[in-house]
Amino acid sequence: MGKSFSTIRFVPEMCDGCNKCMTACAVAKSGTEDLIHSRISIVQAADKRYELALCRQCAEPKCVMNCPSTALTKNLANGVIDWDMDKCVNCLICTAACAYGGITYEAELGHVSKCDTCDGNPACVTACDRGALRWETHADVFNAQGDKEDLFAPGLSACQGCNSELLIRHTLRHVGSETVVAAPPGCIPGMGTVGYNGKTGTKVPVFHPLLTNTASMLAGLKRQYNRVGRNVTALALAGDGGTADVGFQSLSGAAERGDQVLFVCVDNEGYMNTGMQASGATSFGSWTSTTPVGEVMQGKGTDAKDLPTVMMMHNCAYVATASTAFLEDYHRKLEKALEASKTGFAYLHVYAPCPTGWRFAASMTTEVCRRQVESNFVTLWEYDRGQGLRFSRPVDRPRPLEDYLRIIGKYKHLDEAQIAHIQDWVNRKVAFLQKFVATEAVA
Amino acid sequence: MPQAKYLIVGGSHAGLEAMDAIRRHDPEGSIAVLTRDDRLPYSPTILPYIVSGRSEPGKVVLRDEAYFASIGTTFVPNATVAAIAPERRAVTLAGGGEWSYEKLLIATGARPSTPPVKGLDQLPFHVLRSMDDALDLRHALGKVKSAVVLGAGLVGMHAAENLLKAGAKVTVVEMRPQVLPGYFDADAAKMIEDVFTAKGARMLLGRSAASVAAEGAGYRVTLADGEAIDAELLLVAAGVTPETGFLAGTGITVERGVVVDNRMRTNVDGIWAAGDVTQADDFFGAGKVVGGILPAAVEQGRTAGMDMAGDPTRKRFPGNVPMNTYSFFGNYAFSVGQAAAAGDGFEEHRHVNGSYLRIVLKDDRLWGIAGINTAFDAGIMWQLILRRTNLAPVKEAFVANPRDVGRALMSRNWR
Repeated sequence: MGKSFSTIRFVPEMCDGCNKCMTACAVAKSGTEDLIHSRISIVQAADKRYELALCRQCAEPKCVMNCPSTALTKNLANGVIDWDMDKCVNCLICTAACAYGGITYEAELGHVSKCDTCDGNPACVTACDRGALRWETHADVFNAQGDKEDLFAPGLSACQGCNSELLIRHTLRHVGSETVVAAPPGCIPGMGTVGYNGKTGTKVPVFHPLLTNTASMLAGLKRQYNRVGRNVTALALAGDGGTADVGFQSLSGAAERGDQVLFVCVDNEGYMNTGMQASGATSFGSWTSTTPVGEVMQGKGTDAKDLPTVMMMHNCAYVATASTAFLEDYHRKLEKALEASKTGFAYLHVYAPCPTGWRFAASMTTEVCRRQVESNFVTLWEYDRGQGLRFSRPVDRPRPLEDYLRIIGKYKHLDEAQIAHIQDWVNRKVAFLQKFVATEAVA
Repeated sequence: MPQAKYLIVGGSHAGLEAMDAIRRHDPEGSIAVLTRDDRLPYSPTILPYIVSGRSEPGKVVLRDEAYFASIGTTFVPNATVAAIAPERRAVTLAGGGEWSYEKLLIATGARPSTPPVKGLDQLPFHVLRSMDDALDLRHALGKVKSAVVLGAGLVGMHAAENLLKAGAKVTVVEMRPQVLPGYFDADAAKMIEDVFTAKGARMLLGRSAASVAAEGAGYRVTLADGEAIDAELLLVAAGVTPETGFLAGTGITVERGVVVDNRMRTNVDGIWAAGDVTQADDFFGAGKVVGGILPAAVEQGRTAGMDMAGDPTRKRFPGNVPMNTYSFFGNYAFSVGQAAAAGDGFEEHRHVNGSYLRIVLKDDRLWGIAGINTAFDAGIMWQLILRRTNLAPVKEAFVANPRDVGRALMSRNWR
């Protein structure tokens, strides 16, 4: 499989046209602040918002294809389109080939110029304090995981837009083949994970415990493997019902005993595969089939049970929350959880917004995941036993909660009082978690 | 008989882009690239810079042996195709030998046209289409004190500049009344012409050569109006003609070039064509035209390769758009689309102030844009034309500053 590369991302809504990026680029490339040397161009559009012209370091670069002098080449080590001044003949065809204004001719310089990403540490990104330019390194996930075997079968029948399949493929690639999976009743076995037509959906052993006994079955299984001297990862892939409600007793017991289990809760806030009934993890105000919206009820009247905090209180070896919108963060936590599960109980709580049950477009799942996190509706953190809690994303400048709520159908009916209630719940939750943040590592 | 699933005849931009496009979709199928040249692939566009010494043959190899090996392609130099037998799916090489194919791409490019000038067929003269041509002309540079260039297209103008810089007395003869016709309107062309005149060239525009004869060690070119010009070097740069001679009798439709549809298919099953050899759709609806520019060769090559390989992401060729980037004596000029168009239905905007900018709109869509020493992103302009972007909401700003407004439109619309 090929290699993927990090890239400069532009978030236009964050740009206020301060031009610090252009100045920083000019300084980095010429030692002067003369913007003629800047290889990044911020322009103002007709609606007064700002837009960007910058080399995209294309995978199939038209500038390279159209270069008759071979001055332009795609560097397969870092992904940058290299420009060789010595070979360039100033024919300028590259400037006609590029659809993005990414390579431009500057008469004062007498040659074309383009972004070289400053060897992976772009000065423009460093200079941008508005958050409009970002150095995106998600490609690292692809490069680290892409060549590993996908241990999940193709053609599984999750709903369109469901992020569970993505999550499971990433998880199984990462944990590898020396794994036994337990998938209690829920969407995950429902999409075929535990099998149909006499075949399993995973390429590792998988079984289907009861909703109530997932953690205890896995604990016993792991102990038997330990006894026969095999190093096998015991992995649970359970929904929020099988974790926070029906499955909680055995989960709590296994965590208390410190059994060597990696328990992943995939939280879609309800019993979605059986008709969208509410669970203990369903958030306040949510429409579900058991908390309908009508003359009497206006969605769920109680707050969600905050299970990851409950698990932290079990003093597990490792507890973390994660989102598929932040996969680098997920893989980092998964690695730690995997390591922790060799000595004790590791718990990962991954948020899984459900397009079918929550009523949003299938194409919006990752955006919903992102807004959940950016609004502090859910927070990304990790807890190492003895190290305290650490937020893996800052929580001090959240985007408005309504940015999140208004794109989801199950919240469509919320009135101002209900939104205020949820906002208050979010604020209290963040404030509560902040009390556990270790100012310095506890010995 | 050697065989290839994909046989590509011609080893420049169109053929190489087709090769890469095929390989992206079909990692296994055998590919062979035949070229009549005895060297690794290069671009005809680089040749003026070989002549000037700005570049060297060893520095301009578009793909090397290691690259061909890395993608599992057989590169065959010194292989001129003499005939095609579509019914047997085989090609015959000049000097014997055959290759069989499943799918064939004709990307043989073009050769210099010989204008109907009496005596030309009796004399050796310079042209500029191959690396050998370029090295010959480079060798002559500095040795000759005078030269006549027939044709004021890109090749002729580049050569004239090289000859002027080498100290020769240069006369450029062009039948049409301006330099670089088709790309620049008369006023812009005049600005370019004036630069050449100021550098000492004699620009004879709207005049044609009637006959050429040997005169001492050089030439005497006699114009239709009777004027005779003596020169030591004669360069004929009267455009190019698609290289289609070997297609006679194959059933492949050839008019001025190989006629192709918008997937680069010829009328014969299993045979595609791309690049300068083709006669393909004009974007502006002028039927099938011979394009002959590098960006068109790249697009046509990719289109053909993806279609040959059955790539589900293949796109149709949107049509030829004239395009020209040209730097001369430290100046630079761009032309995209029908920048010289005028008349009914066309809306023209001009800025002339030392530099030059002409924007042609039709129904609030960009139709063409040309500039001399004026900065805009030619590639963005090309996209605005291809996408038929409605410029009505930003027209005033666009004609005042096509670079920045173009960038904002790009960033908003095809980020």
